Amino acid sequence: MTASATGPRTIVDKIWADHVVTQDPGAPAVLAIDLHLIHEVTSPQAFTGLRQRGLTVRRPSQTVATADHSIPTTPRGLPMVDLQAAAQIGQLEQNCADFGIPLHGIGSPSQGIVHVIGPQLGLTQPGMTIVCGDSHTSTHGAFGALAFGIGTSEVEMVLATQTLLQRDPRTYEVRVDGRLAPGVSSKDIILALIARIGVGGGTGHVFEYRGEAIRALTMEQRMTICNMSIEGGARAGLIAPDDTTYEYVHGRPHAPQGGDWDAAVARWRQLPSDDGATFDKTITIDADALEPMVTYGTNPGMGIPITSRVPSPDDEADPASKRALERALEYMDLRPGQPIIGQKVDVVFVGSCTNGRISDLRLAAAALDGRHVADGVRLMVTPGSDEVKREAEREGLADIFKAAGADWRESGCSMCIAMNGDQLSPGQYAVSTSNRNFEGRQGKGGRTFLASPLTAAASAINGVVTDPRTLPGIESLAAVGGR
Amino acid sequence: MGEPFGVFTSRVVPLAAENVDTDQIVPARYLKVTDKDGLADALFRDWRFEEDGSLKDPPFVLDRAGMAGRAILLVGDNFGAGSSREHAPWALRSWGIRAIVSTGFADIFRNNSLKNGVLPIVVPPEVHRRLWEIVERDPDAELTVDLAEEGVLLPDGSTIEFTIDPFAKQMLLAGTDELGYLLSKDAEIAAWEATHPPRIDSLAGAR
Repeated sequence: MTASATGPRTIVDKIWADHVVTQDPGAPAVLAIDLHLIHEVTSPQAFTGLRQRGLTVRRPSQTVATADHSIPTTPRGLPMVDLQAAAQIGQLEQNCADFGIPLHGIGSPSQGIVHVIGPQLGLTQPGMTIVCGDSHTSTHGAFGALAFGIGTSEVEMVLATQTLLQRDPRTYEVRVDGRLAPGVSSKDIILALIARIGVGGGTGHVFEYRGEAIRALTMEQRMTICNMSIEGGARAGLIAPDDTTYEYVHGRPHAPQGGDWDAAVARWRQLPSDDGATFDKTITIDADALEPMVTYGTNPGMGIPITSRVPSPDDEADPASKRALERALEYMDLRPGQPIIGQKVDVVFVGSCTNGRISDLRLAAAALDGRHVADGVRLMVTPGSDEVKREAEREGLADIFKAAGADWRESGCSMCIAMNGDQLSPGQYAVSTSNRNFEGRQGKGGRTFLASPLTAAASAINGVVTDPRTLPGIESLAAVGGR
Repeated sequence: MGEPFGVFTSRVVPLAAENVDTDQIVPARYLKVTDKDGLADALFRDWRFEEDGSLKDPPFVLDRAGMAGRAILLVGDNFGAGSSREHAPWALRSWGIRAIVSTGFADIFRNNSLKNGVLPIVVPPEVHRRLWEIVERDPDAELTVDLAEEGVLLPDGSTIEFTIDPFAKQMLLAGTDELGYLLSKDAEIAAWEATHPPRIDSLAGAR
């Protein structure tokens, strides 16, 4: 961070300055945390630490828990067959009860993936600092919050002190000019960015997404982009709040009300980066030139426009990159130079904190309406929260999915992280709307093509990787996602 | 955390891979534990073991003869990408790794490592290449890591310098942790809270 206190400041500078409690010479800042989200997987050892030191949770009222990572997505009435996961969830329930933390757990109507329910409940608000023991905490940056993932030791620190020790981050302007063509989505913007800068390109930085194409996005589309900031190496990525943001937050259960609302909006309007604010790095992306993106390899940076061919290791000058690409293609069992369109698919997964929100399901359902999943393909649709599930059922989306032959599930992280039994078999190919295509991420030996909900739905229909722009009526289809 | 991070000498585990993500370091199915112990067997699980639990043939680098007991991992750029799981440094530490040398680390992994007595050492690409050559020439070459001096002593007597966040260094050398430091700031935190009303009340409606 380079701005002075008086010169033009970025939104990151402003949020940072608002939250520094104290800073000793040579030490990191003690940064106040407004909202701490916790879940079953990265919190147990933190609570154990609190108990060992005889500490309490400093601010239970700024802490929110849910169970999402390891919970089954089978009907809620069924018992959990994974006893280790059940024990972990039991421990979360006990910890929340013992320390007075509100839990949106299994059976709660507000249960859901932690990064879906924060915004849904109005807990996620502009200008906040938000942390969670989960790298996709960057999602909340869509609201103009400084939100980032932390480890379990840090979870313990935030529980105990409602603060963290942090060095001020550097800033990285990601300017997306122009307009997206029908069938090209915010998922494609973020996959294109990561393909350009690589999975370590944003290390040490916070992305600020700006420009005409970003302004035109809905909040849910913005969340998809910010969600995957970490896949570009940036712990956080954010978008300055605007009327789209305020409209989304207004009226939600934890949003400010009445006079408090007006005061909050007045405060939030001060957040956007000042004219003339400088960034440590800048990149520009032309939205008009973007195609639907799909990954072919084993990290999210290995992505290509869907009409492109799988790259060849022979074209890699750098030995390390060449070796990495060879290994990735071997794991994926893909040939250099083959078109990615037409590649066989066994499973399609629609869901996750990246693309498991209602607008994502509307898009997938619109594409599948009146059609059927290809023979031999399993389409799994996992809503991002219980509320998303109810809404999808109210709108008739669930009926469309079921009629198309899809497996309509309960909410959870599901096959994005594959620790609840929802997983690929070795060798299977999946088109997935999730965020990571690492080796084994969706099941040991499984092979993942990351893509948008529209690309996923189109691929489910054809049983092969499919350009969503070939769907009949793509223009009206794509408009569904902007609702 | 416990013990101070002293000078130590070790042979090197070389892992020729870049962008190694934490899903490889500890696969997600091992994240259902509720303590920090026993993760050494989960470390690089799917790169080390067949489905039936037998070692891969040829074995992954960790399982090759003479690798057990080595405390320095030499690895490619952007190590620890992806998930925030602290199980990754827990598993590395549990196996015996105390320092990792790379040209770069993912942010969250680096933070998590520092809190668990695992020192991430960042070196420029040319130094990384030199280290790689040393280990290729002599797989049993010994390096000495001296955090206080911010240096790695090579077999030929020369030293590679590195830099580390001075605060993290102080914490490691003293064997203390950040939570203790934050707890010592209780008065400052209370004063800040007195002038900054909470922006949310997550308990509202739950009562």
